[in-house]
Amino acid sequence: MTDKFDAIVVGGGHNGLVCSALLARSGKQVLLLEANEQVGGAAVTREFADGYSVSACAHLLYNLQPSVIKDLKLNPVLASEDMTTIALDDDGEHVRIKGDKVTGAKDGDAENYKAFYKRMTRFSDLLKTYFNKTPPRLGTKDFKDLATLAQLGFDVRRLGKEEMRAFLRLIGMNIHDEVVERFGCPVLKGAISFDAVLGTHLGPRSPNTIMTYLYRLAGDHGRIASPKGGMGSVSDELARAARDAGVTIRTGMPVKRIIVGNGRVTGVETEGGERFDSLTVVSNADPKRTMMTLVGARHMETGFTRRIHHMRASGNTAKLHLALDGLPDIPGMDKKEYGERIVIAPTEDYVERAFNPAKYGESSPEPVLEVTFPSFRDESLAPTGKHVLSAVVQYAPYERKGGWTNEARAEFESAAIRVLEKYMPDIAQRITASELLTPADIEREFHITGGHWHHGELTLDQFLFTRPVYGAAQYRTPVDGLYLCGAGAHPGGGVSGAAGRNAARAILSREKAA
Amino acid sequence: MKTYDAIVVGGGHNGLTNAAFLAKAGLDVICVEKNDYIGGATVSRNLFKDWKYSNCSYVCSLLRPEIYRSLELHKHGLQVTPYGGSLTFMENGDYFGSYHDPEVAYREMARFSRHDADAYERYSSDTMRQCRLIRDFLLTTPPDPTSFKPKDIKELLNIGNKFLDMGEERMYETIRFWTMSVAEYLDEYFETDVIKASLSGSGIIGTALGIHSPGTAYVLLHHYMGDVDGNVGSWGFARGGMGSVANAIAGAFQAYGGELRTDAGVDQIIVKNGKATGVALENGEEINGRIVVSAMDVKRTFLTCMDKSDLPEAFHNRVENFKIRGSSGKLNIALDGLPTFPALPKGSPLHHSDMHFIDSMERMERAYDDWKDGIWSKDPYVDMVIPTTLDPTMAPPGKHFMSCFIQYCPYKLEGRDWTEPEKEAFAQTVIDQIADYSPDFKDLILHYEVRTPQTIEDEIGITEGNIFHGELTLDQVLFNRPVPGYAQYRGPVGGLYMCGSSTHPGGGVMAAPGANAAREILADLKRPNTVPENFGDD
Repeated sequence: MTDKFDAIVVGGGHNGLVCSALLARSGKQVLLLEANEQVGGAAVTREFADGYSVSACAHLLYNLQPSVIKDLKLNPVLASEDMTTIALDDDGEHVRIKGDKVTGAKDGDAENYKAFYKRMTRFSDLLKTYFNKTPPRLGTKDFKDLATLAQLGFDVRRLGKEEMRAFLRLIGMNIHDEVVERFGCPVLKGAISFDAVLGTHLGPRSPNTIMTYLYRLAGDHGRIASPKGGMGSVSDELARAARDAGVTIRTGMPVKRIIVGNGRVTGVETEGGERFDSLTVVSNADPKRTMMTLVGARHMETGFTRRIHHMRASGNTAKLHLALDGLPDIPGMDKKEYGERIVIAPTEDYVERAFNPAKYGESSPEPVLEVTFPSFRDESLAPTGKHVLSAVVQYAPYERKGGWTNEARAEFESAAIRVLEKYMPDIAQRITASELLTPADIEREFHITGGHWHHGELTLDQFLFTRPVYGAAQYRTPVDGLYLCGAGAHPGGGVSGAAGRNAARAILSREKAA
Repeated sequence: MKTYDAIVVGGGHNGLTNAAFLAKAGLDVICVEKNDYIGGATVSRNLFKDWKYSNCSYVCSLLRPEIYRSLELHKHGLQVTPYGGSLTFMENGDYFGSYHDPEVAYREMARFSRHDADAYERYSSDTMRQCRLIRDFLLTTPPDPTSFKPKDIKELLNIGNKFLDMGEERMYETIRFWTMSVAEYLDEYFETDVIKASLSGSGIIGTALGIHSPGTAYVLLHHYMGDVDGNVGSWGFARGGMGSVANAIAGAFQAYGGELRTDAGVDQIIVKNGKATGVALENGEEINGRIVVSAMDVKRTFLTCMDKSDLPEAFHNRVENFKIRGSSGKLNIALDGLPTFPALPKGSPLHHSDMHFIDSMERMERAYDDWKDGIWSKDPYVDMVIPTTLDPTMAPPGKHFMSCFIQYCPYKLEGRDWTEPEKEAFAQTVIDQIADYSPDFKDLILHYEVRTPQTIEDEIGITEGNIFHGELTLDQVLFNRPVPGYAQYRGPVGGLYMCGSSTHPGGGVMAAPGANAAREILADLKRPNTVPENFGDD
């Protein structure tokens, strides 16, 4: 069977859905092929134990772009918006963070945090402007690139002399030095460090962690929301928008290869042997998978292949799901607060020590965790009276020495539960079922090379005009007609839709120019 | 009472260089040094019988050739002898050597991996390209990116143009290079652990960073951008020890009519009506000067030797948070003879090389983890040289001097001061590591001196004994060095300048900060410039 489409989107993750919907809305015939039975990629809700469902990978919204919501007229239903972050303290003196307010920290840290938050959000606003734009190319005479660069320079200057200096100093710095310089409260320092290293292969002392912290803030100034029905509901909403726009969505259709002839794409072939023709193929898969597996190195110049090959994209973040027969007791926390976001990272040094083993391909014996009880505000996720714990657990390096064997997974799971037990003494008795997704599982289940939730480390050398690698940083790849629209492209991961939207705009404006 | 045109505080190589260029321009300059010897950390000390110890800095490469020629240091006795290659001993009894001769170097690498041997050429040309870019900016004052002054805009455009000239692909490569870790950088070329470990050392020497910390690829450059007689990347020994460098610069300074005073520690920099007017010495004496130039690190200059009320508050805070961390130690040893290294073939030129005893990336990074925990590395990265193999003047005939630079060694042990037994234990860690590869080494030791960051601070005055006078991280280089807004060698009060390694381009025996500061001072005083221009490569 051969169908002719204006564009084929490979992969129905949230970015693929956004991109296909936007292309269809401007009148294209778009086909979206998703390998799994369900669209959403890493933004899905699925049952992990009888009667218990959970957001399988991403579980919180922190950077869904307003521009995407507006363009696609989305209407996401939230179980909780603007969640408080509760950073757990060993002695029950928990610190609560929401917006620019901190409670429970001593010695003027609340004041210090206000000033810190004000400066950081100002800098993150600067980044945010560029999250909705195609990164400029350097060294070209193209007017658009020059204009974006000039705008960037102008925006930095507009911060004013003092703030501009602070920005230029901070952007390459590590979060450890900044929190130690500003704050006294260990739990607050731990929680901020944690946010800066979440989803990365970095510790708080690694330079670059201010940048990753700003990336988080650039979403929605650190505001965090939890969608009703889990993350899958956001994907369902995106799929609805895509279908309404006329996109043909076909699930259970893993793409085997992207067909290239004479240096340009001509279509795709699925594992099942079906071929679809199109002169535009947009890949939501990560850059390595797209270029090395789906296209194949023989269609590219070696310099480019080498850069793709060297792109760092090994995940460190595992996901832990627990089915509980009731909410655990958390001393020092109010019953009403179980719907908030709980962070276990008691000091900045604790986070650093959790990171150390990851450098040697070992998992943390004492990991850091981001914990939510999504069922607390959303009864659809667990049987009545029962609950679900959904936690991001770090660090679990993809390239674990000896591989992710069953023993290794059991070891990491019990390490995570031991840490939980310190703050939730009865948690172990309440567990009726559990699931641990290591980066290796994430790779297998969601087809993300290395299981990295940003599809590639978010560091200055893989950022803006060097994301994922130069030669593909403007969503366009060296293969004519092939585009990237996933988290591996600018600006990066998180359920934001920015990469998908920017890619669609880049494709449309290129066609207009042609 | 006499008023000098300029008082330079601190007789290290940068203070002396600065003083020499000012004196060369005809100023009446006095340079004051707290110790009874000059040189700061660029020194040869007679600590045991007839041995001369380069007891702080120990090898020479970064010293700018422009300065060498302009101050005619050869006339004042400076001679630098290049030495050959480096060596990493391996736990399995093998070793990996790097040689100057490209063919020998290729064969040695190919012994481990043909792939790596082939990759090396690409690696060195890529790295050298970055060196050439940075070398152009060593003898220039960093522009202020927030300024609209024609001079700053011109320099910014100059940098921009150099960058644009590289072409698109190279530009991205440069951005990546400046921000990535040395481990990632090496991973892009090599597959053999020992080769990577041996090359990665230069990315962490003197820093409080590990080989996996982003930004360490740039530090690598800091050790590659020097040259000996125009051979970029070569290192050499100063004949007579590193003190010869300081002595030669001091000789030039005095030849230009400058006045040098040792045993003259500065207690305070005197500020009157918002202007620096002189210094008060520890012995109570005051010296007047039209300007004061500090070669001390910024923390010591502004937090110890100045009054908080004389400084803008924001500036003071920034200096307080300036990162200057003790991370390296030294062990200087007098030897009764040359230790043997059975792993090395007889007559191998590697006997004269830089020796290392850590053979894997994991061991390199673990050494850093110890430092983070506030203890010295139990399996440290040691950079060991025996200068007397090439320079017989440093020890009696047949005897030798060995210098061991040790990474990592914290300023304080788990937050408290070092005790004598702990210093001994630290020295023993290093001695044991070397003795693992040299059975007769321990028996040859006649005397040794242990240096922790704390002892370096106590003696030389450098805060936390940091060899670069401040971390070389992105937030503290170029226009951010030492603190944003004060990168052009001018202090926050009138008549006060900075010329130490806390300023651009940073530490190492380079003398560029001292020379750059002199250029700015002479411009402010409307005197003819005596500081040489960058030669440029090629």
